[in-house]
This record gives sequence, structure tokens and C-alpha cells, in this order.
Amino acid sequence: MGIDNKTLIKIDTCGIYYRDLNARLREVMQNGTQKIELTNVCGQRYIGTDLNKKVDIEIHGTPGNDMGAFMNGPKIVVYGNAQDGCGNTMNEGEIVVHGHAGDITGLSARGGKIFIRDDVGYRAGIHMKEYKEKKPTIVIGGTAQDFLGEYMAGGVLVLLGMNLKAGEKHKARFVGTGMHGGVIYIKGEIEDYQLGKEVGIVELDENDLTVLHQLVHEFCAHFGCDADSILNQKFIKLFPRYLRPYGRLYAY
Amino acid sequence: MGSQYVYKKVKTMKTYLTSKFAVIRDPDRCIQCQVCINQCGFNANYFDAEENEVKSRNENCVDCQRCVIFCPTQALTVTGAPLEYRYNCNWKANVIEDINKQAETGGVLLTGMGTDKDYPIYWDHLLLNASQVTNPSIDPLREPMELTTYLGSKPNKLDIDPDTLELKTKMAPQVKLNVPVMFSAMSYGAVSLNVQTSLAKAATEIGTLWNTGEGGLHSSLIKYGNNTTVQVASGRFGVHSEYLNAGRIIEIKIGQGAKPGIGGHLPGEKVSSEVSLTRMIPQDSDALSPAPHHDIYSIEDLLQLIHALKEATNYSKPISVKIAAVHNAAAIASGIVRGGADIVVIDGFRGATGAAPKVIRDNVGIPVELGLASIDTRLRQEGIRNKASIVVSGGIRNSGDVVKAIALGADAVNIGTAALIALGCHVCQQCHTGKCSWGICTSDLRLTRRVNPEVGARRLTNLIRGWSLEIKDILGGLGVNAIESLKGNRLHLRGIGLTDTELEILGVRVAGS
Repeated sequence: MGIDNKTLIKIDTCGIYYRDLNARLREVMQNGTQKIELTNVCGQRYIGTDLNKKVDIEIHGTPGNDMGAFMNGPKIVVYGNAQDGCGNTMNEGEIVVHGHAGDITGLSARGGKIFIRDDVGYRAGIHMKEYKEKKPTIVIGGTAQDFLGEYMAGGVLVLLGMNLKAGEKHKARFVGTGMHGGVIYIKGEIEDYQLGKEVGIVELDENDLTVLHQLVHEFCAHFGCDADSILNQKFIKLFPRYLRPYGRLYAY
Repeated sequence: MGSQYVYKKVKTMKTYLTSKFAVIRDPDRCIQCQVCINQCGFNANYFDAEENEVKSRNENCVDCQRCVIFCPTQALTVTGAPLEYRYNCNWKANVIEDINKQAETGGVLLTGMGTDKDYPIYWDHLLLNASQVTNPSIDPLREPMELTTYLGSKPNKLDIDPDTLELKTKMAPQVKLNVPVMFSAMSYGAVSLNVQTSLAKAATEIGTLWNTGEGGLHSSLIKYGNNTTVQVASGRFGVHSEYLNAGRIIEIKIGQGAKPGIGGHLPGEKVSSEVSLTRMIPQDSDALSPAPHHDIYSIEDLLQLIHALKEATNYSKPISVKIAAVHNAAAIASGIVRGGADIVVIDGFRGATGAAPKVIRDNVGIPVELGLASIDTRLRQEGIRNKASIVVSGGIRNSGDVVKAIALGADAVNIGTAALIALGCHVCQQCHTGKCSWGICTSDLRLTRRVNPEVGARRLTNLIRGWSLEIKDILGGLGVNAIESLKGNRLHLRGIGLTDTELEILGVRVAGS
């Protein structure tokens, strides 16, 4: 890949306080670093937050909350689980988690991509929004908890349900409550009562399939699974029934 | 529940609402020039072609006085024209009107500005002291008077190198204000770009700060960044690293005095192409700010966002947290300070809004005077008052209020309504309609041109200059030469017409004692 010793930085983060670690990351970014390997990561918060450049960050261990919050450019690959707030209000870049992620994954994201191999917690992807070419994307390999895509105003959210056992359904409730933009694709069974009243369900059209095809292939490239066997199965599409869900709420 | 989402085409019905105001036209003075027609944002004046005459539709008039002031021949007057309902202390005109409005629409009553209800204004029950004989008053025309205020967390103690006399303590970022008066958060979308430009120019000239509100920062205003507070609210509109780094202070907005506990809906009509650019959402779409930040469900979560923002800006900017003054504000403020906030902003229930449900605006929250006093007391008791500056807002009307707020314990104040009045606002409470004839609270380009940023900045600068001179006069009378010496000095205040409990909460003695 052309990354030599100067541009690859390895840091054993064992016992390093998050402020010191992030200060160190800012510092190493000054010298044209292209790749950073962090080992023994154990709960340090805000990794990747203030780097504002393209850089590959490999994390071994368990990064703390708000990993990649307000992130603008880096690509983070986590070999382990991410905690809460991963990709919070992210602007640009990519997060790939080889494991689970906690609550509010990708809250208010306005750009970039997040791939989670397994499950996510509550309120994933809520209030994501898109503007022109900026379109946030989250692909979740497993299942999600309640309020998935709540208040969603743009972007793409994919739930693959790959670790659901035969006959097992998604358990999330209030999916897409208040959604007024963007799209959610779900594989695996979900009942009507689990959906917000502002969303409708339709079959995927050609356009949806193109988007889904590309994202699933990207997902599988990260985690080494068979894209075709996923794409062969039935997906549903959730869309906002009203662009202005609360337009008739008021008396003037 | 649920029925509010049923979309039925409502047939028009006869309204039982009558005109609240009358436009009176002096036929001898009116020259039929139609200026009044052009000036009105609410279509209250029109040209009757059949009779070849300019006329008025009283039912549309909101008493904003725009036509009165711009009529070249002073032919117009607007007066109240309330329907004389039968005398009844319970069922007053505004109560009856609200019921009719809801009977005709089935909606939440929406309103603008701060509450117009007759709640006590504690500023008017507080009196300032002055020096007589035993300690001389100071003449501000002769002696220097210091209004400079530094916002930010102060250390518990200062470590000074005894040899070099250099400061060894690492200070948290401080923001210098030449006057302890800043402009409240008013978002682009709620107010026009010309209003924000006026505020930004004035703040820069005065040496204070204006506040973006939750609507992003227009590219033309980035140059005023050093005098800008950028807001991060629950919708996270327009928040990205460039925005965060552009501001001098980053403010996490938890609540607003006019609408504690609820979010905001900027209607799609106000999301023009320019507004969509700074909010970073598609044109014409509703901008929904959820009631809570969905990443803040606890003080611990707030601490996390405060530090995320500090990390995002490399600890170079103070982080402010704005809450509405509510019943347990003191305990909340303590949590906010312990969470690492450098500034706490308390917005009282008289604070204004671009749009809020009337029932919330008029019934939720507490007066900022009581909130401020209890928070300042609590932080002092806990020994953490130095950890954060306190800024108050919500009904600061004049320099007297500013001085009283500082004596009660504030470091600085924010003014919103007062600033808008300086720009032409006549407090007609129609901010939520987007039709503002004064071109302030609208994104209609025909109307927004009415605020000239040069003139606007001059009016604002004049206002703050006037207040500064008055504050110096008051300080001189008190015998102090720096606003810092007045801060939290409640002995300079006495209460009048207050109960013992009110005096106790305010921490002031009764006048005469």
C-alpha cells in the first residue's frame, strides 16, 4: 500500500488517558501520517474526533463512547466492539466495527459511512440528514433496539438481521418514528406495530436494489460474507409517508 | 392521540373571531400612494380598484405599526378594536378567542415572542443602592470605569512563579467582553440573514458576542467568528467541524425560556434555498429539533457531549450550556458545572421565541431572577461558582435590569427581544407566521431587505453604548469602578413589595433594612 514506517504510527494505548491519547493523535497527524494502529484500546473516548483529514485508524480493543464524534475524514476500523455514540454527528469518513456498537450509533450523521458487523443498541441512526451530495449511510449486520431511524431526515439505513435465528424477529419498536426523509431497508421480519406511524412499507424498486446491492457488497467486503446469499432474501423498504409529519399540528 | 395525524380536508367555516385592531385612515391626509399596501406583510391594506381607493382589512392587522411609521403623510393610526364581550373575570376576550381559534383549526395554538401575561417582574421589585457621605460615589465622566468581563472557567487558585511573577496556572479559555451584554441565540431561518449580519457587525464593533442559534452559520458571517457563539442544539443543524471551529464559544442548547422541555419545528415554508444551505437540509423540508438531545439523557451524557466538543476544538473554546429556568434549575446547573461546562446560560420564562406553543410559553418555567439567584447561591454553597460563568436572559429590558442581574450573581446577560426592538420590532407577537412586516422574523426576501445591516448595526451599537454609559453611572453611584466588583454583591440590592420567601430566594433584604 506504500505506507512506510514514517507514515504508519503504532501506539500501545494501555493506560493512556483519553485526552493524552487524542492529543497524541493530533500531533502525529501533523507529520503526514497515513495510518495509525492503536492496540490495547480500553474505553478511551472521542477517538478520531478532531483529526479532520483522511487517515486510516485501526483500533484493537474496545474504544470508548463517542468514537468518531463530529468526525470529518478519517476511516476507523475497530477489531472489537464500539460503545455508545459511535459516529455521533459525523460529517465525513468511514467507521467499520468488527463487532457490536452501542446506543445512538450515527446520531445526526450528515455524511460518511458506518458498517457494524453485529448488533447496535437503541436509537441508531436517529435524525440523520442529507444535503446534496452528503448522504450518511449505516449498515447494521445484526439487529437493532428501539427507535432505529427515529426523526430520520435523510440518508440510508440498512438492517440485515443476519444473526437472527430461524423464526426470530427483529425486536426494535418505534422504528422510524417521526421519519421525514431518507430510507430504511430491513431484512428479516418486523411487525406493523413495531413501526412508527409516520412510515410506510413498500417493495424495493430498481433504484433501491442498486443502492442496496452496492452497500451489501461493501459490507461483505469488510466482513467477508457472501453478498449474494444476503441479497437473495426478502427486504422491505420503509419510507416517510409525510415529508412534513407535523405540518398540521398548529393553529395560527 | 393519533387523530392529529388524520389528514382530512377541512371545509371552510365561518370564523367567530373578530378584528383585534383597526387601521384608521385620515382621508384628508391620505394621498393614495399605496405605501401602506406595500409595507404590510399581512395584507391588511389593499387597493379597491372599483372605488379607486386604498382601504384596510382590519381583520388582518396585527398592530405592528409598520404602515403607521412609513406612511409619508402620517395619515394612519392603528388602534385596538377589541370586541366588547360581556364583563366576566373568568372568560376574558383572549380566552374566548383562543377557544374559537382551536375550534376552527383543531391545532396547537402557536405564538411568537415572550409571554405577554402579567407575571411579576422581579427586576421591578429590586432597588439599587448608592453612596452617600460615608463612601464617596465616583464620577464616571472623570474616572475610568471598567465594564470588561471575562467568560470562562476560573481556577480555584492562581499559581504565580515568585521569581518571574509569571502565571503558572494553566487557564481555561477565556472570552473577553467589553460590555457584559451579548445577543441571544436567534437562528437564521427564524430571523433573516440581514438581522444576523446586523447583530454580528454590532457585536464585533462593541466587543461582545452574537449567537447563531440552531441554524448553522452563513458563509458571509464566518468573518465575524471571533464575536460569535455557535450553537449545538438537538437538531444538530449545520454542525460540522468548520462551524465549531469558527465560533468563539460553543453553546449546547438544552432548553429555551419560552418553551422549556420541547423542541422546535421550523416549518418548511421558512426553509428557503439559503436557509437550507446553512442548515444543510433540503429546501422546503421541515427542520425538526427534537425535544431532548437524543445523546443526552443524563448529566453524564451531557458531560460526554461537552467533552466531545472540547475534543473537537482542541480545548480552545469555552463550552456553554443553555437551559430554561425551571423548578429545579439550581440542582441542574450544579450538574452542568460538574459536567465541565465553562458557562451556564439560564433563560427565564419571559424569554422570547420565533415560535412556540402558547400554552407552553405562558405556563412553563420560572422567572429568570429567581432562577439566577437560586443557581448562584447553590453554586457558591457547593464551592464551584468559579468553575463556570453565569449568563442570564429572558426579559432583560434595559441597563437597570443588566445591573440588577449582575448584582444578583450573573457574569453577563443576553438580550434578544431588546435587540430586535432596536432593529424595528414592535413586539406584535407574529414571529411564527413568517410574515414580519419589519423584515426581522421572516425569510421572505421581499421583507428581509427592510433591515439594512449597516443601519441595523448602528442602531444596536447605539443601544449598547447608551446602556454602557448608564451602567457606568450606576456603578459610579454605588462607589465601585468595575463591574466585577458588583458581581453577586447582593448587598447593593433591596427588595420592595416582596414576601419573605421571595426575599430569601433572591438573597436580598427588604428596602429600609
